[in-house]
Amino acid sequence: PRVGHKRIQYLHLVAPLWNGGTRGIRGMSSAVAPEGNQSKWGKLLQFLADRFYDVEALREYLFQKQVSKIHQKNRSFTYIKERYGPYVAGAYFILKQGGAVKFQGKEWIRSSGRGHYSLEFLNFQATPVEAVDASGCAINYQGLDNLLALKELQSLQLQRCPHVDDWCLSRLYQLADSLQELSLAGCPRISERGLACLHHLQKLRRLDISDLPAVSSPGLTRILVEEMLPNCEVLGAEWTEGLKLGPEKQSRGTASPIPA
Amino acid sequence: MLRGALRFRAKPGLLGRGLNTRKGGSTLDWAGKVPEIKKKIQSFLPGGDWNPLYDTSHLPPERTDVVIVGGGVLGLSVAYWLKRLEKQRGAIQVLVVERDHTYSRASTGLSVGGIRQQFSLPENIQLSLFSVDFLRNINDYLAVVDNPPLDLQFNPSGYLLLASEKSAAMMENNVKVQRQEGAKVCLMSPEQLQNKFPWINTEGVALASYGLEGEGWFDPWCLLQGLQRKIQSMGVVFCRGEVTRFVSSSSHMETMSGEEVTLKRIHEVHVKMDHSLEYQPVECAIVINAAGAWSGQIAELAGIGRGPPGTLQGTKLPVEPRKRYVYLWHCPQGPGLETPLVADSSGAYFRREGLGNNYLGGCSPTEEEEPDPGNLEVDHDFFQDKVWPHLAQRVPAFENLKVRSAWAGYYDYNTFDQNGVVGPHPLVVNMYFATGFSGHGLQQAPAVGRAVAELVLEGHFQTINLSSFLFSRFYLGEKVKEHNIF
Ligand SMILES: Cc1cc2nc3c(=O)[nH]c(=O)nc-3n(C[C@H](O)[C@H](O)[C@H](O)COP(=O)(O)OP(=O)(O)OC[C@H]3O[C@@H](n4cnc5c(N)ncnc54)[C@H](O)[C@@H]3O)c2cc1C
Repeated sequence: PRVGHKRIQYLHLVAPLWNGGTRGIRGMSSAVAPEGNQSKWGKLLQFLADRFYDVEALREYLFQKQVSKIHQKNRSFTYIKERYGPYVAGAYFILKQGGAVKFQGKEWIRSSGRGHYSLEFLNFQATPVEAVDASGCAINYQGLDNLLALKELQSLQLQRCPHVDDWCLSRLYQLADSLQELSLAGCPRISERGLACLHHLQKLRRLDISDLPAVSSPGLTRILVEEMLPNCEVLGAEWTEGLKLGPEKQSRGTASPIPA
Repeated sequence: MLRGALRFRAKPGLLGRGLNTRKGGSTLDWAGKVPEIKKKIQSFLPGGDWNPLYDTSHLPPERTDVVIVGGGVLGLSVAYWLKRLEKQRGAIQVLVVERDHTYSRASTGLSVGGIRQQFSLPENIQLSLFSVDFLRNINDYLAVVDNPPLDLQFNPSGYLLLASEKSAAMMENNVKVQRQEGAKVCLMSPEQLQNKFPWINTEGVALASYGLEGEGWFDPWCLLQGLQRKIQSMGVVFCRGEVTRFVSSSSHMETMSGEEVTLKRIHEVHVKMDHSLEYQPVECAIVINAAGAWSGQIAELAGIGRGPPGTLQGTKLPVEPRKRYVYLWHCPQGPGLETPLVADSSGAYFRREGLGNNYLGGCSPTEEEEPDPGNLEVDHDFFQDKVWPHLAQRVPAFENLKVRSAWAGYYDYNTFDQNGVVGPHPLVVNMYFATGFSGHGLQQAPAVGRAVAELVLEGHFQTINLSSFLFSRFYLGEKVKEHNIF
């Protein structure tokens, strides 16, 4: 009897939903089977379910493909690294992504609009790379490996990079001995949480953190970054910016689990 | 569905009975599909109020393959990995039973969200390394079509551990192990520490270790909700109710040494529904005990520990709730944006919270000071007497601070060795544990869920070997000591 009772309750619960569902379908298409025809209803529902299942699966597949495309773009060129060393491998990676590099004492090398560039740099194996402009490139956490191997890198431009996030910034300490100039302007995924890691970069003389939409209070963040890097010129929001959001907004941190 | 069931039947040792009866072997199981289709259609219709995130009002099914007791981060992670590692889509049915959908007392939401690799045991280091990788790629792992990406709010600020002269040698050793395992941790002398963080008073500090990558803190709710959203899209049923009873059968056996043992197998889990005296029996093949601080009680419900002391039967699951306070304070002159999570040699810890010179922290009490876990009230004197003095000693700026708020939560405290318990019980053969992580369960949940799912599905650990975390150690008296617990 106990279980039986449950069943009844269960049916009860299902009934209104079921009706709601059928009403909705009738609204969508008026040419459906007459009422009470269970098998036709069954077919239609079966069709819809299968259909939705397929569409969901397809979209998930497309999403996965997109993800793997970015991974693909960011893989390292092990062969080039072994044969030509880290400088050439790093330069090759950046040029392939559509960015520009500058070897010490040389001119900037840029890939043309169609992804062409001179292969002359293959001879610069012993020349360190001193500047990289990867603005707008699809570089991500994984691809950053190529840059972190450039131990003499002094200037790094990462403007408007869609996949550069806080996790990436937490790895830049590896360039602390050389990096003097860094631009992160316009990166959509960088927040104050990642900027906090830049305290490792005590050689930094110029830092651009303007136009970072994920930073909750740009003005305050800039002040805090300046305090953290006293020898660095910080470009970014004016201190008043973001303060108008009110003090509540900025303390919306990770831990506010105080039960109401 | 049929093939999945057959595959399981081929491995009777693992999942055993319960799976065989389900579905009666029919692939054209129309009746079984109705609720699923109904749900789908509802959700696509305008005004349909079916929302996968908040609808936890399902009645439990009468039969399922796996019942997970506890919908905290560990339970949900086990559910996720079971579905992710299943051989064929829909091969196993998973039910998560959670008694409190607001999670008002659950540890997950009351934690401080920290993740670190600075442990002494290789297992713990590996678990955290795997988990941080999971968290970094959370939007690949937990992506749900049509849902916005998760914002984990990870603060990659690192942990800074301080050692006195007495503990310096151990710290050095630990860091060696951490590096071997691939963690990015560096050692600092007091001078280096002073240079990097001038706000620290290095008196009494002999050595410091500092995590450079993969350490910091994040929003535990985001992980919890992300898992919830994902597992529901994978077909896991989430039900609100309390597990109150297990129905099991036993068989008597004799060990090689002539000892009589009773093996038990749970067949049915009773789920008491919210606001009701009724319960629903759920037939199942596997039970996962992920009830956090209450997992000791769940083990007892299954008869674990009810036997003569000193025997395997009489060995309890030594996990109990221990109350821990977290205080949030404001200090205008306090340390800046660079502040890591600092764990002092005294046991006190703190970290920055947001940008407005707010900090949070606490200190674990000594065994004698353990507060009564009966409620979650905060003892403010504890801060004055036991936390603040250490804080102000370490960071002189903290001499002037104002406590703004505080809360308390339960550690899922393993009184035996403060480490996790993973894997099946040796006598109640189909109850698996994922509990006892004593203050580091949140950060290890992604990896632990995978380990437990591997055990259930494959019968052995594949990614990380956690055999030292098996239940049998309590009976054998083999402590796995973790030195970095605070
Ligand atoms: C103050 C504090 C700070 C912490 N800081 C950290 C940290 O920085 N980093 C870290 O990694 N970890 C931290 N932890 C530990 C971490 O929170 C826990 O280890 C982790 O959340 C355990 O997850 P869980 O899913 O096992 O437990 P819970 O989140 O407690 O989930 C267990 C669930 O089981 C349910 N349940 C219990 N009994 C039943 C039943 N009979 N029927 C149905 N449902 C039931 C409960 O309602 C609960 O929701 C902290 C803990 C506290 C208290």
